[in-house]
Amino acid sequence: MSDHLPESTSGEHAQVATQEPIPDPGLPAHQWRPTDVDPRAEKRAERQVAGLFGLAIVGAVGFIASYVIFKVGDHPDTIGNLGASNVMLGLCLAVTLLGMGAGMIQWARKLMGDHEIVEMRHPASSSQEDREATVSILQVGLEESGLGRRPLIRNSLLAAGGILGLLPIVMLRDLGPLPGDKLDHTIWDLDTWTPEMQAWWQTQDRTLQRVVRDVVGTPIKVTDLELGDLVNAEPEVMFAVDAETKQPIVEGTDLLVDKSKAAVILHRMLPSEIVSEQTRNWSVEGIVCYSKICTHVGCPISLNERTTHHLLCPCHQSTFDLTDSGRVLFGPAARALPQLELTVDDEGYLAAKRDFTQPVGPSFWERG
Amino acid sequence: MRLLNRPLGRLSRYRRGPLAGLLVVLLGLLLTGGLYAAFSPASASEDNSAAQIKQGHQLFLVGCSFCHGNNGQGVKTLDGNQLGPALVGVGAAAVDFQVGTGRMPAVKPGPQVPQKEQAYTPDEIAALAAYVASLGPGPAIPTASDYSIDHMTDEQRQEAIVRGGAIFRTNCSACHNFEGSGGAMPNGGFAPKIRGVEPKYIFEAMLTGPQAMDNFSNGNLSVEEKQDIIAYLQSLQDNPDYGGFGLGGIGPVSEGVFAWLLGIGSLVGVATWIAAHTARSSKQKAES
Amino acid sequence: MSLDTSKIADTNSGTAATAKKPGKAGAVAGWADDRLGLATLMRKNLRKVFPDHWSFMLGEIALWSFVILLLTGTFLTLWFTPSMSESVYEGSYSQLRGVPMSDAYASTLHISFDVRGGLLMRQMHHWSANLFIAAMFVHMMRTFLTGAFRKPRELNWVIGATLLLLGILEGFAGYSLPDDLLSGTGLRIADGLIKATPVVGSYMSFFLFGGEFPGDVLIPRLYILHVLLIPGLLLALIGAHMLLLVFHKHTQWPGPGRTEQNVVGYPMLPVYAAKAGGFFFMVFGVTALMGALLSINPVWKYGPYDPSQVTAGSQPDWYMGIAEGLLRIMPNWETHIWGHTISWNVMIPGQIAPFLLFGMVIGWPFLEQWVTGDRREHHLLQRPRNAPTRTAFMAAMVTEYGLLWAAGGNDILATHFHWSLNSITYFMRTAIFVVPPIVFYVTRRWCIGLQRADNNRVLHGYETGIIMRSPDGGYSERHLPIGEASAYTLTARQRDEIHEVDSDVDENGVVAPGTRAERIRAKLSKGMFADNVQKPTAEELEEARHHAEHTHELESGLDHPASGHEFDDHALRDADDVPLRQH
Repeated sequence: MSDHLPESTSGEHAQVATQEPIPDPGLPAHQWRPTDVDPRAEKRAERQVAGLFGLAIVGAVGFIASYVIFKVGDHPDTIGNLGASNVMLGLCLAVTLLGMGAGMIQWARKLMGDHEIVEMRHPASSSQEDREATVSILQVGLEESGLGRRPLIRNSLLAAGGILGLLPIVMLRDLGPLPGDKLDHTIWDLDTWTPEMQAWWQTQDRTLQRVVRDVVGTPIKVTDLELGDLVNAEPEVMFAVDAETKQPIVEGTDLLVDKSKAAVILHRMLPSEIVSEQTRNWSVEGIVCYSKICTHVGCPISLNERTTHHLLCPCHQSTFDLTDSGRVLFGPAARALPQLELTVDDEGYLAAKRDFTQPVGPSFWERG
Repeated sequence: MRLLNRPLGRLSRYRRGPLAGLLVVLLGLLLTGGLYAAFSPASASEDNSAAQIKQGHQLFLVGCSFCHGNNGQGVKTLDGNQLGPALVGVGAAAVDFQVGTGRMPAVKPGPQVPQKEQAYTPDEIAALAAYVASLGPGPAIPTASDYSIDHMTDEQRQEAIVRGGAIFRTNCSACHNFEGSGGAMPNGGFAPKIRGVEPKYIFEAMLTGPQAMDNFSNGNLSVEEKQDIIAYLQSLQDNPDYGGFGLGGIGPVSEGVFAWLLGIGSLVGVATWIAAHTARSSKQKAES
Repeated sequence: MSLDTSKIADTNSGTAATAKKPGKAGAVAGWADDRLGLATLMRKNLRKVFPDHWSFMLGEIALWSFVILLLTGTFLTLWFTPSMSESVYEGSYSQLRGVPMSDAYASTLHISFDVRGGLLMRQMHHWSANLFIAAMFVHMMRTFLTGAFRKPRELNWVIGATLLLLGILEGFAGYSLPDDLLSGTGLRIADGLIKATPVVGSYMSFFLFGGEFPGDVLIPRLYILHVLLIPGLLLALIGAHMLLLVFHKHTQWPGPGRTEQNVVGYPMLPVYAAKAGGFFFMVFGVTALMGALLSINPVWKYGPYDPSQVTAGSQPDWYMGIAEGLLRIMPNWETHIWGHTISWNVMIPGQIAPFLLFGMVIGWPFLEQWVTGDRREHHLLQRPRNAPTRTAFMAAMVTEYGLLWAAGGNDILATHFHWSLNSITYFMRTAIFVVPPIVFYVTRRWCIGLQRADNNRVLHGYETGIIMRSPDGGYSERHLPIGEASAYTLTARQRDEIHEVDSDVDENGVVAPGTRAERIRAKLSKGMFADNVQKPTAEELEEARHHAEHTHELESGLDHPASGHEFDDHALRDADDVPLRQH
């Protein structure tokens, strides 16, 4: 039984070896497969394998046929309400691949050589001789370079290497601009507007920015909303259109960046249901306006229960109380949902009195 | 013209065809419906309204008053919970939705009353709706001209679908999921699945905000925008599942489950097959 | 029955292949060898032996999935445009025609609806990504549970762990590329996680996104990570992983003739090559089947990304599920100090806990090695029951993973089982601390029970199901001895040794340096191994046999002695040694 343990056993381990209760009976004698001894079984297996490879050919032909026959896109042919192109191409491909795979495996299992063979292992380590030789070569190299004897060279090289390592880090600086105070403001704040937006605003001849419906961009009157209404809204400048070119003023990436901070929801409740002083003062006839961006990690939240006025985030289920300054009721968010001070402009449309009084969205170090 | 030259009696040749019976029945139905619409007195509903409200009140007292109060004023339990909300001002549309989808009468109070079989006939629902509408002004039952998208041309419909998709994803998908499969709400509530729901009920749900759902009154989302949403939902229904079975349409969770159970499961099965020893024979190979 | 292993030749027995005359192929090979000199290397490795066991092929699933990912991924790059520039969609999918969207999303729609087979390739790519990481997980569990990570394979364990982390990163980058509503929401969450980093969070966010979220550079940046940098690293590490596998030779299960010094199995050429090659096609085929029939990531239904939109059931792919679960059940702790914010509610679940859990699993082999002080090479695998503490630890970690995974899908659980979302969260907050220790305890005792049962089989044989009544009315079950090969296999394991501290102080009464660590080590060693059941000694076995003979003598005096084979197919069998499983 001594062969059960590697050579490098210490004394205590060797002792254990003597106690092996049952000796190794050694590899059992080989048993033949039916395909080895019965020519008919062998032929049958051969036909099976060839049959599977034949199936693979059929699948490949079917794949090419499906590729030619079925169009995707506008007018999809369907098979059992599934897209015909995808289903047929996929099934034919699967038949081809599975046929080939099963054929090869069956071939190996039934017909290829079946004797288990034994290979001896060797310790992973090199021989002691090699190890010593290598160490001495390394030492010779070290000696000859004089690295140990000349600390000035060694230290200056280390310093140079270290400073070289800094360069790629320095070069990453231009990956993006510095945050500045960008996270503190949204485009509800007219002072953050670009010159084009300012120019458009001049033509409007108004002082307050309206809260408009998302997607369609229409302004909202108090009388439009009934109790329990929830409106997904945006600042009106997002839908501003240049009078001459008929092009939107905010578009593309800028629009997405602005939306990711400025999106809001409006919700109308009975004024008597409002709990906190701030929420009451900043509401208009029971209509409250809150940021739509969760203070946890920034998902848009608009799952509102109109019976309780609890707003839920679909990503991580933080729940906020819209009657009470957006207080957190449940979930991982720590900060209350920022409320937007709402008012009515001269023409009776809902408008924002000013920007949010705190940064919206997820917390960050500088937020305080 | 060839059409005119066809011998008379050609139609009769099809009278024994497999679809002939169905066709006749359909024609008959169309005819009766049309005749009824043409000849039924337009003022009939007004004349009947008082009687209808009375009938509705009777039904209400039997089926609804336990939770909603004898006059629809709502009932509070002793510990201050709302058993059934007040129905003054909810309008006929709310009744048509709640009772029409079987949500009301509720089996038991709870965070959310689920959909089930209708408990009342259409006439009874109309009577209940008329009664509740008489309690206070509220949204009326929408007509087909409100919610139907059949009047749209193909082009209009295409535009409506595209617009509806954007409106849907902004206003609806947060609760009802990207293809209307539904989602979870706090404390045991849930946004129900809205795929395959009749346009009328979708319209009414937006109009009245059933249970915990927000209102999307016509001042919030216009009638046209509601139709856009209905058109979009319809188009999701009409489209084939391009990529194969939808796995419940609930996103990556079910995909992960299938990857493990079906993918890893079947591949471990294949591995077992590859590694398993084949059948052995007791015979010895002659040569060996 | 016993065979001397030295007599088993390492050839293919009587049917040894005799090389035929070099034909045309031989000529080509000769030409190549003249220039590359590969014959020496190939001679050594072409008949390399691989042992057969289903669990040895789990890593292969991962390997082949990676190959499929390379193939399908290359196809997708032919059409995908990694750009966030906005354009108006005018392709085949009518529901979105006329909608402004990024080029990345538009080209994903183009691949899905205007390229034949494009959707199939997209779906296969995504399914095989899910399979790739899942297979790495099960492969890792197999390695862990059988002790295959022990010397000399520790480095390969670390390489494997790195592969898993890189695979997850690669998966997340790929998930984010199509710029649909779901992937955009995922990036939004990633942005929140980054911003929660103390001191540098908002800077990191601005640098990554090239400005404010979502910016217009992220997808090109993720793209180059996804198609070049990470796959390159993966490929290099997979190469190293495989080279080490070939160098160390595969581990094997103990059994008659299978020792620490040898490896018994089929040769690479032709059997293993055919089996592995066949398995590649099977993995590919199953992926194709899934791509054909099961819809995955239907981006056209999600719509283009818009930061003001979201869908219920916003979930990451399954391998990010535990981070999602942690984020969901974390209490809302946040510290505000001197005008600064530390968001524990995001940092702990997003940046600390997943790596802590992962680090525990990665670190276990090293802890185990330190505790046992075992410096020997191990090539024979351990049955999970024979390392009860290790197995129990893995079971606890799997439980923890499963719970967090479920927590990440709490909204889906809530709707499908009509549970309250809030109750699930409260339950999970407790369960992740309470349930894994319970699972640990139960698994450990279970393993020890199984060890005891194994010993009983070796000592007293297997239960035949025949109940005997002795003349004085006592009942007992007839046991029959198990075959020699089975008995050997059951005892082919090493005894656990419990480390003890030699002496706290030296002769001068001074506490020896490192004693504290030694004490901890001794304590751990006791905790890990003291309760294990050791295999019987030769004396115990002898005594049990003696006892059995004695019983047999008594029974032979009965009128109707039972052989114990009344109800099995023993009489039908030719072999006298019945394999273990068939009892």
